[in-house]
Amino acid sequence: MNDDLRPSPDALLEAAHREEQRLGRHKIFLGGAPGVGKTYAMLQAARAKLREGVDVVVGVVETHGRDETQALLDGLEIIPRHEVDYKGHKLAEMDIDAILKRRPSLVLVDELAHTNAPGSRHPKRYLDAEELVAAGIDVFSTLNIQHVESLNNVIAQITRIRVRETVPDSVLDKANDIEAVDIAPEDLIQRLREGKVYVPRQAERALRNFFSAGNLTALRELTLRRTAQRVDEQLLSHMQSHAIRGPWAAGERILVCVSEDPRSAALVRYAKRMADRLHASWTALYVETARSLQFSEEKHDNIAEVLRLAERLGADPITIPGGGRFIADDILGYAQANNFTQIVAGKTKRSRWFELLNSSVVHDLVRNSGNIGVHVIAGEEPDANPTRAKHERAVLASKPVEASPYILSLLMIAGALGVAELLKPTVGVNNIDLVFLSAIVCVAVTFGLLPSLLAVAAATLCYNFFFLPPLYTFTIADPANVATLFFFTLVAVLVSNLAARTRRQAKVAQSRARITEALYSFSRKLGSCVNTDDVLWATAYQIASMLHVRVVMLLPESGSLVLKAGYPPEDMLGDADLAAAQWAWSNNRPAGRGADTLPGGKRLFAPMRTGRGPVGVVGIDDDKSGPLLTPEQRRLLDALLDQGALAVERVHLAEDVDRAKLVAETDRLRTSLLTSISHDLKTPLASILGAGSTLRDYDKELSTEGKTELLSTVITESERLNRFIANLLDMTKLESGAIVPNLALHDIAELVGAALQRATVILADHKVEVKLAADLPMLRLDAVLFDQVLFNLLDNAAKYAVDHSTISIRTWRDDDWAFLQILDEGEGIPADDLDRIFEKFYRARKGDRVLAGTGLGLAIAQGFVESMGGTISAGNRQDRSGAVFTLRLPVPTSETTLDTAA
Amino acid sequence: MNALSIRILVVDDEPPIRRLLRTGLGTQGYDVIDAATGKDALAAMSEEPDLVILDLGLPDMQGHEVLRSLRESGNSVPVVVLSSRDDEAGKVRAFDLGADDYVTKPFGMNELLARVRAALRHRLQAQGEKPIFQSGGLSVDLVRRIVKVDGAEVKLSPKEYELLRLLVQHAGKVLTHAFLLKGVWGPATDPQYLRVYIRQLRHKIETIPERPAYILTETGVGYRLLASD
Repeated sequence: MNDDLRPSPDALLEAAHREEQRLGRHKIFLGGAPGVGKTYAMLQAARAKLREGVDVVVGVVETHGRDETQALLDGLEIIPRHEVDYKGHKLAEMDIDAILKRRPSLVLVDELAHTNAPGSRHPKRYLDAEELVAAGIDVFSTLNIQHVESLNNVIAQITRIRVRETVPDSVLDKANDIEAVDIAPEDLIQRLREGKVYVPRQAERALRNFFSAGNLTALRELTLRRTAQRVDEQLLSHMQSHAIRGPWAAGERILVCVSEDPRSAALVRYAKRMADRLHASWTALYVETARSLQFSEEKHDNIAEVLRLAERLGADPITIPGGGRFIADDILGYAQANNFTQIVAGKTKRSRWFELLNSSVVHDLVRNSGNIGVHVIAGEEPDANPTRAKHERAVLASKPVEASPYILSLLMIAGALGVAELLKPTVGVNNIDLVFLSAIVCVAVTFGLLPSLLAVAAATLCYNFFFLPPLYTFTIADPANVATLFFFTLVAVLVSNLAARTRRQAKVAQSRARITEALYSFSRKLGSCVNTDDVLWATAYQIASMLHVRVVMLLPESGSLVLKAGYPPEDMLGDADLAAAQWAWSNNRPAGRGADTLPGGKRLFAPMRTGRGPVGVVGIDDDKSGPLLTPEQRRLLDALLDQGALAVERVHLAEDVDRAKLVAETDRLRTSLLTSISHDLKTPLASILGAGSTLRDYDKELSTEGKTELLSTVITESERLNRFIANLLDMTKLESGAIVPNLALHDIAELVGAALQRATVILADHKVEVKLAADLPMLRLDAVLFDQVLFNLLDNAAKYAVDHSTISIRTWRDDDWAFLQILDEGEGIPADDLDRIFEKFYRARKGDRVLAGTGLGLAIAQGFVESMGGTISAGNRQDRSGAVFTLRLPVPTSETTLDTAA
Repeated sequence: MNALSIRILVVDDEPPIRRLLRTGLGTQGYDVIDAATGKDALAAMSEEPDLVILDLGLPDMQGHEVLRSLRESGNSVPVVVLSSRDDEAGKVRAFDLGADDYVTKPFGMNELLARVRAALRHRLQAQGEKPIFQSGGLSVDLVRRIVKVDGAEVKLSPKEYELLRLLVQHAGKVLTHAFLLKGVWGPATDPQYLRVYIRQLRHKIETIPERPAYILTETGVGYRLLASD
């Protein structure tokens, strides 16, 4: 058997996963341009399904007033759209909740790339479709090729029209079927002329240019190629899962290097297409350097945006810290360590000067890449797409420049000047520059580059003015001094630059060390948490303090999410927040503010994921508006959530183990209980049956004494059986909660008397001594239950104490409690048994002399006493051998004294 | 006691119990007739039994109902209830409906026969009330209102005497709390009074109040004055 012929585990797993989740099937009708007849094709397919008896409904279909399309809608059930108010306009959107409630087998969703009205559950219609598929509903949808994310750039170049509404490639990848809806460009142009193509009025002219034969041919080809690629993937998956040996795509891995450069987005799209062609996995890499820490918020946003885009397109977004002098070394190091075969980088637009100072990343890459292929791509400047970006960034005002470092720098130079004046007589003018250099280094290390450059300028001027002749002018007499001053300035600039760089690196290292230290101490803290609440609180606190946000944590409880912890503590979540949390939970994806789903929410909700699925949801928010987290913060949040999720899972697992132990213990108890009951029921029955049948069948052979013996066996065993059944009934009542004490004030003496009266027979062979305190008030008791308690205790004492010994009953009062003790003169209770003596079916060891009891009497006594608010305890006598049982009963707060003179 | 003329009606749906009672009662010379249902039981009243042993769980109607229709028709024949129900509420209800005694299953034949004898005697006593009640060392002169224990007169308060008189009049029979309260204090009285007065009464007439020999407690149901055999 050749190992290579085994189906790939990944392919099988994917197939299994697909079956297991019972997702709906998604079929996309893909067209090259508007007007090719996607909607028409979809409706025809839907009608065919309807004829097959499939439950088809229309989620949303745009007929654009075309009669032939409208005709196809006849007979199909249409889910009414729900209206959303947006700035005075009424926008009708697909009612996803109504569809989920209706639960058809198949739903039609036109125009997958449509952007939903603000305030809808998802910003994009394709997300609605994904949720329907996830809910197990089949979806037919339509899409134009220019809306596909990775082709967006290419098509914009061909047609010079950029569409804003894009759909991630993953939607196409995940779709079960793609059907290309194709007509020849000439036919399409003909249809346009005949007015059969819907054209929005405002875009009429642009669209007319769009419908050129060349454009349409290009779009048609792209459509067919994308579909063909998709067919290819299916074939590949089929071959893998059926272990068909074939021309596998090499194990290519692509690394795309992104930067703050706005052209990085195009780079990422290129890498995506390349990865698709090569069937390769790909990663978007960002190298964070000391320089990048000083980027403006806009650049940070660019990077975050590009990394998010890469993630949407199916890449792993990775950020690594730049360790070396050259970024290229970091990139190559990462690529080699992770077996990347291709690197995609952008063509530089930097000045030669910049490259001289910082070296050219691209050149270094090409020079040192070894056997890794390097693709250098020009990329395209995203032209007119700033609206959304502006909207998002408006809130992020740039940091004001602080003046104090500059003032302090100047003060330090002034101080250096004073020191120099003092030292001049002793060290001479030629060495004074060292004093200034020292001050400049201090400034650079303390305040960074810009203040130190100011300090250089100030120091140069001071040096010239105060020390180079002619003094107190800015002119220099001696040409040698000009050289001195030049080299002084040069050295000062270099030194300050160097010192400032060192300072920056130290700062980066410090901040990383702080984060690492915080993460480490967090994981230690989690390790010591023993219950879920502790873990949640620790996680909430850690997230809140590291990211400066407010945190709420929700865990599922009997089917729905419940707020479990918060920092600062929070009691209530709004409905919108709960909906977002629920969505994040059931879809295992972030939702709410800044996410794809429900972006209008106040909070961002992220699932806490583990290998077994999500364990909970975390919601964060702050006082600002706009995006909540930078990518680094986002990754930090992920790291914290992962740790928290693992800890929650660990606690859950520990609880599962405990539960399993408990179940096992319960099972063991139940088994021993059944054994015990059946034994206790059958033993007396055996004696009765045996004695009875002997009496009937061997009457003649039996002596008179023999008969008497057998008869008394029948009677005593019947009584024993009777007691046992009575006890079982009491126990059942106790355990089923049917015991509701009927509390009333009772004279304990009377109850003791009644119990002794009832126990006359069992106490026949014992002396009974009763010492009741005279000052005992009436107690709130249930007479029947208390009678049973006393009877069981007396029965127990009679059983374990030798005949003719004394059983004593004593009562006394101590503050708010009344005590009653029953003491016997038996052997007492073995120390090992003291703890377990009140357990069900537990019987203390005893000699052969004593008949086995039921093992229930004391358990019942305890249950009854506790139901009356008292306690019972067992011990051994101090004055002699013997057991002592002590009842402690509450004295009623207001003792009722009745007028007895009536 | 000449029991030859005494007829006892046994009402129970279980044949083994009827057989057992027939045998057991037969040893004492009682004449036993039996009925398996409530309807048969009421029909059998035409045979004028001197005592009825009544099971509560009958197939056609509740034993309580048999008792009720019996008393409502003015029949005061002594009834001993014999039931496997041992809850106090059921007992109290039976007593309140006019049962003379209550024996729970399983039972010893000895005990049942003693209760039967007591119930028969109670009826005889009620028919011809004797002026002086005697039980062990306790004697109560119902005409002169004199109570003596072991020959020594005991002073009782009026309410204490009332309570004792009620017990004496129904000696041997279980009297429910409600019955005693109503008889001495009138309806709707705190049951607390009864407990307090029983306690006082016991301190005056019992040798060891904690282990009473005359006034016995039927826990959760009521009290009974022990009648001498």
